[in-house]
Amino acid sequence: MERTESQLIAAVLKGDRASFEPLVRKYSPRVFATARRYARRESEVEDIAQEAWLKAFEKLKSFRGDAPFEHWLMRLTVRTCYDFLRGHQRNRELPFSDLTEPENDWLERFVTQPETASENAEAARLLIGRLLDRLSPSARLVITLLEIEDRPVKEIARLTGWSVPLVKVRAFRARAEMRKILLKMAKDKYL
Amino acid sequence: MRMNLAELQRKLIAAARASAPGDRVPFAFEKRVTALLATRVAPQNLDLWVRGLWRAAVSCVVVALLCGAWAVFTPAATTNSTDLSQDFENTLLASVDQGDQNQTP
Repeated sequence: MERTESQLIAAVLKGDRASFEPLVRKYSPRVFATARRYARRESEVEDIAQEAWLKAFEKLKSFRGDAPFEHWLMRLTVRTCYDFLRGHQRNRELPFSDLTEPENDWLERFVTQPETASENAEAARLLIGRLLDRLSPSARLVITLLEIEDRPVKEIARLTGWSVPLVKVRAFRARAEMRKILLKMAKDKYL
Repeated sequence: MRMNLAELQRKLIAAARASAPGDRVPFAFEKRVTALLATRVAPQNLDLWVRGLWRAAVSCVVVALLCGAWAVFTPAATTNSTDLSQDFENTLLASVDQGDQNQTP
């Protein structure tokens, strides 16, 4: 008979490490999908996911069971992603002169005929990736959660451990930071 | 040429929304995690011991330094004798002297 989630957690807490495996198998797709929002290289994604699971194992005693395990795990994962962003800030100052041809074409199209520059184009996806890479860790986290994943402020506060007013302040600053980067890109290209 | 930055931002955010990241998990990832847990638990216990021993060592050094400082900086008790060798001899032979004094009628 298949054991329930709480039974598995109880078994892990009693020292049965093998009971952790079904939990990893069940929730890893969500952990990987979250990690892929913040890291580009697959090796980095794996490192984040692995770190999140190791933290989950170490902190399992703190899981009280009043909320679903998945919520608790996602909080840990988002915070692990944030730690990753803070530890990998070195590439933030790269210039926009190294845009690829499709990216340049997409921007040209956007300037001349904005309606023809589709948001489904691969070039647009690459551009937003570049843009996000240039944001500060807190700005990237809040833009991803608020604008891209469309999560409510309260949920972001719960996921990040920040207060609701802090999330709002950081969201305001993140949007300003994003506009500044876009302005710089526009200047680099067209001035 | 002017660029509508607000519209560009909106389009790029929409592009990011349109491309949700994949949830593919590498083969046998859960096995890797559980294997890693097995290797990490033992060093953790060892870490606790090492940390405890280091704390004890630091405490010992602090106590030794305090005792040393106390010995150096407290003023020595004033004695009539200035000869250290004489003091040493007196201390060593104190019990013998005391025995002699007890035997004399």
